Formats: sequence, C-alpha cells, structure tokens
Amino acid sequence: MARNSNSNRLRSGSSGRFFAALLGLFSGAANAAWELNLQEPATAVARRVYELHSLLLWVIVVIFVGVFAVVAYSLVYHRKSKGHKAATFHDNTTVELAWTIVPALILVAIAFPATSALVDMRDTSEPDLTVKVTGYQWKWGYEYLTGDAAGVKYMSVLSTPREQIENKAPKGEHYLLEVDRPLVVPVGKKVRILTTANDVIHNWSVPAFAVKTDAVPGFLRDTWFRADKEGTYRGQCSELCGKDHGFMPVVVEVVSAEKYAAWAGEQKQQMVAVAEDPNKVWTLDEQLALGEKVYTTNCAACHQATGEGLPPAFPALDGSAVAKGPRAAHVEMVLKGKAGTAMAAFGEQLSETDIAAVVAYERNAWSNKLGEVIQPAEVKALRGK
Amino acid sequence: MQATSHTGYAGHHDHDSHGHPTGWKRWVTTTNHKDIGSMYLWFSFVMFLVGGAMSLIIRAELFTPGLQYVSPEFYNQMLTLHALIMVFGAIMPAFVGFANWMIPMMIGASDMAFARMNNWSFWLLPPAAILLTASIFVPGGAAGTGWTLYPPLSIQMGMGMDMAIFAVHILGMSSIMGSINIVTTILNMRTPGMTLMKMPLFCWTWLVTAFLLIASMPILAGAVTMLLTDRHFGTSFFSAAGGGDPVLFQHIFWFFGHPEVYIIALPAFGVVSHVIPAFSRKPLFGYVSMVYAIAAIGLISFFVWAHHMYVTGIPLTGQLYFMYATMLIAVPTGVKVFNWVTTMWRGSLTFETPMLFALGFLVLFTIGGLTGLVLAMTAVDIQLQDTYYVVAHFHYVMVAGALFSAYAGLYFWLPKWTGHMYNETLGKWHFWLSMIFFNIAFFPQHFLGLAGMPRRIPDYAQQFADFNVISGIGAFGFGFSQLLVLVIVVQTVRGGARAASRPWDGAHGLEWTVPSPAPYHTFEDPPHFDQAEAHG
Repeated sequence: MARNSNSNRLRSGSSGRFFAALLGLFSGAANAAWELNLQEPATAVARRVYELHSLLLWVIVVIFVGVFAVVAYSLVYHRKSKGHKAATFHDNTTVELAWTIVPALILVAIAFPATSALVDMRDTSEPDLTVKVTGYQWKWGYEYLTGDAAGVKYMSVLSTPREQIENKAPKGEHYLLEVDRPLVVPVGKKVRILTTANDVIHNWSVPAFAVKTDAVPGFLRDTWFRADKEGTYRGQCSELCGKDHGFMPVVVEVVSAEKYAAWAGEQKQQMVAVAEDPNKVWTLDEQLALGEKVYTTNCAACHQATGEGLPPAFPALDGSAVAKGPRAAHVEMVLKGKAGTAMAAFGEQLSETDIAAVVAYERNAWSNKLGEVIQPAEVKALRGK
Repeated sequence: MQATSHTGYAGHHDHDSHGHPTGWKRWVTTTNHKDIGSMYLWFSFVMFLVGGAMSLIIRAELFTPGLQYVSPEFYNQMLTLHALIMVFGAIMPAFVGFANWMIPMMIGASDMAFARMNNWSFWLLPPAAILLTASIFVPGGAAGTGWTLYPPLSIQMGMGMDMAIFAVHILGMSSIMGSINIVTTILNMRTPGMTLMKMPLFCWTWLVTAFLLIASMPILAGAVTMLLTDRHFGTSFFSAAGGGDPVLFQHIFWFFGHPEVYIIALPAFGVVSHVIPAFSRKPLFGYVSMVYAIAAIGLISFFVWAHHMYVTGIPLTGQLYFMYATMLIAVPTGVKVFNWVTTMWRGSLTFETPMLFALGFLVLFTIGGLTGLVLAMTAVDIQLQDTYYVVAHFHYVMVAGALFSAYAGLYFWLPKWTGHMYNETLGKWHFWLSMIFFNIAFFPQHFLGLAGMPRRIPDYAQQFADFNVISGIGAFGFGFSQLLVLVIVVQTVRGGARAASRPWDGAHGLEWTVPSPAPYHTFEDPPHFDQAEAHG
C-alpha cells in the first residue's frame, strides 16, 4: 500500500502552515507523496486497468509528441521573421483520408483490450461471499449476506477526531481515511458487493481494487473484487452526497481465511451477547450514557454535539419544539425521518433500544432537562404504526 | 464610412441616430447587434470574475488539509455556483457576444434577423445571474449539489435550489431565442454569392451550435422542471419510493450535458479557425473537412451521454456502446487538430497575442482531448470517475479550450470593435501568465486524480497535500492574471494607435472590409462578396 506509507509527514499547528506547505514542495524529492500514477493494484482487475491506462498513456503521449513536433517545426522554420513565404495549398484528399482512417484504426486496436478488461470487471457471477453495502449521509452500513459472517451487520463511520479536521490537533497518518469498523473480507476470495443507499446517491470506491459503484437509493447495483494480498485498503465516497461527502471513507481489511473465520465467529457471538431485551426497563442514567454514544455517531454531524445544529438546513435540538414537545412526535421523527430533508428514517438503521436512548438523551441534554426516560417498548409500539 | 462601397449610407445613419435614446436607455432598448454583442461580452466578463472569485475560495480552502476558511456546506455551494456561473454565465454568453458582433459582419447582413428578440435574449441574462448569485444569501444557501443537480440530493436543498432552477429556465429561454436568431440570420441573410460552403467557419460552428442549443436546452428545462415538481408538488419522477428512478435524471441531464460541451467547444473551434490562418498568412487547410467534422461532432454529441454515467450501474452492453461511440468522436476532433496544424505548415507565421492564444488553445485543448480519450475507456474511467483527473480534463477543455479561444477572438477583433490597437506587450504578458499559471493549476490535478483524490471534497488525506499546494498557487496566479484583460480592454476602448480597416495582413473576410471601428450600421445593402474574402 504505497498510499499509506507515504502520508506520514504530519502537518500541525495553525501558524506557518503556508510555509510548511511550501517547504514540503522542496523537500519533496525524498518524499513519496508525489504519486504520479494510479495506486498500486491489489486485484487482477485493477492490474488490467493499470495496464490499460499505461497503454493509453503511451498512445496519447506518442500522438501528442508527433503532432506537436510538426507544430514546433513550423514555429521554428516557417516564421515570417525568418523570411518564410507562405505556401497557398489548402486541400489534399489523400492526406485528409489518411488522418481520418489511421486514427480510426488506432481506436479499433485500443478497443480490444478496453472491451475485455470491462467484460472482466463486470462479471459478478459465482461469488464466494456477498456483502450488502448501504450508503447513509454520512457513513456506510455493511451487511454480510452469505459466507462465514452471514447475518453480521454494522455501521462504519469516520474515526478521525473532529480536532484534527479543525486543525486543533496534529493530523494522524490516515487522516480522513480511517473508520471505526472496517469491512473485513478474506484474501483470495471473490467478494461480491451489492450497493444501495438510504437517502441520496453515494459511491463505494476502493481505488486499489478498481471498484467504484454508485449506491442508488431504492435500487441495487453490484460489483466485485478478489484481493491478492492481506492488508488495509482505503477509498472514499465518490459521489457528492451533501455536506460531509468528504468525510465518509471506505476501509477494507483483507485478512487470511483463518483470521476471517475467527472474526466472523467473534462478531456472531457479540451479536448474541448484545442482543437486546426489548422489554428491559432502563434507568435515566443508563439511557443517557448509551444515548450520547448513539447521538455522537448518528446525529452530531448535522445537529452538532452542542445541539445547536447548523440552521436552517440542520435545525437546533437544544430547546427545539420537537425535542421539548410531545415525546411520541419526537420518537416518530427519529423513526421515520422528514421527507425532502437530510433527516433520515433511523428506524431502518438503529435498534429500538438505541432510538429510545437517543431520544431520551436529546430530551435531557443541553437545556432540555425534561427528566424523561423512554423505554424501548414505547418505540416498538410507535414503530408498528 | 467612405470606405463602404454602398450609397446612401450617411443618410441612413443620420436617420437612425436621430430618434435614438442615449445614456442607459440606449443600452436597455438597443436592437443593434454590435451594442448587444458588447453587452454580452461585458456581462460574461463580470460573471467570469464572480465565478473566478468562487474558484479561488475553493482553492484557498484546499490549500492545506483540514477545514480552514469555509464550512463544507458553503464549499459545496461554491463549487456548484462556480460551475453554473462559468458555464451559463461566462463562457456561453461570451461566444454569443462574438456571434452577435461578428456573424452579421461576416456574412454581410445589416443586423441579426430578429433584432428585438436579440435585445430580449440579452436582457434575460441579468435576472438569471441575480437569481443564481443571490441564492447564496437565502436561508439554507445556494444549491450545494454540484452543477449536475442530481436528485435526491437536490430534493434536500433549500430555496436556493428553486432559484437555481428558475435561473436555468431563464438562461435556457435566452439561449433558445439567441439560437433561433442565429440560425435564421445565417440561413437567410448571407450576401448574394456566399453559399453555405463559402461561409466563414465561425458561422458554420455557430450554425451547428445553435441547432445543438435548440435541441438540448428544452431537455435541461424539462429535467429541472421535473426536479421542481418532485420538490414541491409530490411527483416522484426521481424517487424510488414513488416508482421513479434517481438515475433517470442523470440520463436526461447528460442528454443535454454532453451536447453542452460542444455548444461551448464548437464556437471556440470557429474562432481558432479564423485566427490561425490569419497569422499563418495561408488559407485554412481542409475547409470542407472542417465543416463535415463540425457537423459530425455535433451529431455524435447526442449519442454519447452515458459516458458520464459509467459508474451508475448501466448494463455492460450499454457501457460498451457508449465507449465505442465516445471513441468515435476522437476521429472528427483529430481531423480538426490536424487541419489547424497543416494550416500553419509552410505558412509565414507571426506571433501576435491572438495567435499566441490560438496556439495555447491548440496545445492545451489537445491535451484535454487526449485525456478525454483515456476517460472514454470505461474500465479506466471507472477508476478515474469523480476524481481530480476528470476535473483536470474538463478544465483543459473548458478553460484552455474555450476561454483561450475567446481571448484569441477578443484580441483578434478588438481593433475592429474599438478602432484602436491593444497594447501588444500587455497582451503577451497576459498570454504567458495565463499559459504558465493555468498549467501549474491544472496539470498536477491529473496526478491527484490518478492517486485517487475524489472531486467535490472540502478536505483531503495528507498524501494529496503537495500537489494541492501547487494547484492553489497556479489558480491564484491564473485568477489575478485575468485582471490584465480588464486593463487592456479599457485602454483599447479609450485610445491607442489607430487600427486600419484590416489590421492583420493575413486576415480575410467581409468584416475586414469595413472601417475600424466598425460603423454603428454596416452592410445596409448587401456587399459584393469577393472570392478572395472566402474561407475566413
């Protein structure tokens, strides 16, 4: 992963950043950050794309040099200042036919490798395992549909601390390309990815795999990869999806078959262990602790940790009519979202326990000291409606 | 005036200037193609500065990793408005301005066919521009969707989105009226003896462009109207929940959007096809094949739209078709480049500012065209889609293609418009600064895109930092260099060496037979078309 090893030069502080950047330019020779080509391919398909691009690069460089060698000759030798007299020719059928036919033949020649690479790229048949990827504003949801981990389901959220983004702390090695829970897949296996989205169009992309597929709400698309070697591969959402489009990376952990099986077993056990009892009666303190976590992961991007929101697009919750109004309406807002806005229907993403906790948190945080506990059973009753 | 061959000219002039309003009323009520052409050009320059300022906000934010100056929401609004303003407010009106000024003078017509509609086409632009720029200040801000306005994101936006939709409607109306005017003028008002195949190439490019506009602008208007009803009236054209499909919008948008690329590029080709022969002192090579290439490009541009949509999940067969069709465009485009190169071959070249910009166009547009060939390959495009490689590619085509060509045209015809020669030294400075800073700004973006930096992000991972610094330096240098144009044009309007009626010894065409500055009314009687003035 050439891409990971070269970003270790940290830039910190607010003053002198400009000069640090300028210095970076001149110390660049020894710095591998000057990537000039596609990322190192990690799948057979990505290698074919890499080779196809290299071929095309040669073709266009040769064409460019050829054409502009002629121009350069004219510019040097056919200038008026050298006393060159203009010729008067303005047509030549042979030449014109030649430069129509020859480029057409070059294109036909290129079309063969381009076609076969594409056919390969689109062949999603006979996968070893299938993962459904759902794009949310602004995180990814992974759900294993087949294989050892079938049934495992979780969210993957940017883990770069806010302070680094706001330049209040030095940036880490994988700044903006790190998540709390990566997608974990086995090495050498054909992984089929089904994409969809919950709100707007996103795009799931990992350059080292030559994978880039839109996640369209209401539709399923598919793509695939078979990673050659173990490692961590990083990409980003590649379709503008709103304010935090730049902050929803894709991280894929490719591990050995044994590690993968162990990981899958662990995940399944954990799912059983934390399987929530929807009838459990919660205390306020328990709810606030869980609610704050849920809020930070799911709500704070828009409504902010301070509850002040970013009005008018993202309204404040602190003192808001919804957060201080009837609790049923508040729960329903979280469950079903608000059509035509970025407020998603979290009923599809979060458990009843989480929703109860986050609503309780919102009704007790900041100046909203309502002192209310909301039991998961209450959410369950409203979800049915 | 004495230089014009027809009689009764002075009488006409007196008659017309008699009842004419002066001051601001002159500009509001004018039906004169030269006045309207000038207004289009000034308007486009103002919008160019506004759109340019937005791009500098973008580059300032991207200068280093981290969020520095603007919020991600505002960043998205800037990149959206930058594109909409540059495409619809700067580049398109600039070439309409050239069309207004030059087409009647090139074909020997007294004015545009529908002079009053011409006034209305122009005066629709300022309200649209105000709607677009004012949308920054409404609650929720401007549209933050990118100029492509894809739903469902565009459904989430505030009223700034509605303002953008209405602005697009108004701009579309203006373009359609302007296009009908241009088609009618070119087809009906050519001076006797100027057959279509003897017509200056700039007129040919505009004839095809006008047809592209008439065919594609209503489609964009339809797409944004469907967005509007999805937003406010409960329709579900683009919402799966109601039986619609978000990707449908993309098909409609790009069915407009691809011809739009050539709407911008073709008039640029036209200008260059006048400038290169003039400074090579040699007729344009392959006039007939140029005309066929323009027509072919115009036609094929309607059949390649989904090459902007390779990652949306269109079927393999669709991807293959659009790949082959896109590759086909390289053939007529190549023909044009070869023709320009051969026009210079064994010419007698000089390098005044218009020629420098035309050469800059030739080099940089070819780079943009060749990276376009790389992007045409679906498998490679999937790797590069929505990365900075695409940003670099279309800025090479749009800025170095369209804008450089517009500058070539500006310096070429400025003496005819103002009656003065511009300052050649400053012109050359303008060219070299633009050329150098443009490449500093945009060439590194190819590398960023190859390494995987997505476009439309306000912050980025650290391995992209170095090239973004270079790109930022280039962008600021390029931006400030453009202020030279204002200095040069104002100087030239105010004074300077007197321009002869034909200030460029290699230039041909009817526009060079009238005095400089061109009188307010030219060719009230159709001029004699001399074979020597044919082929631009």
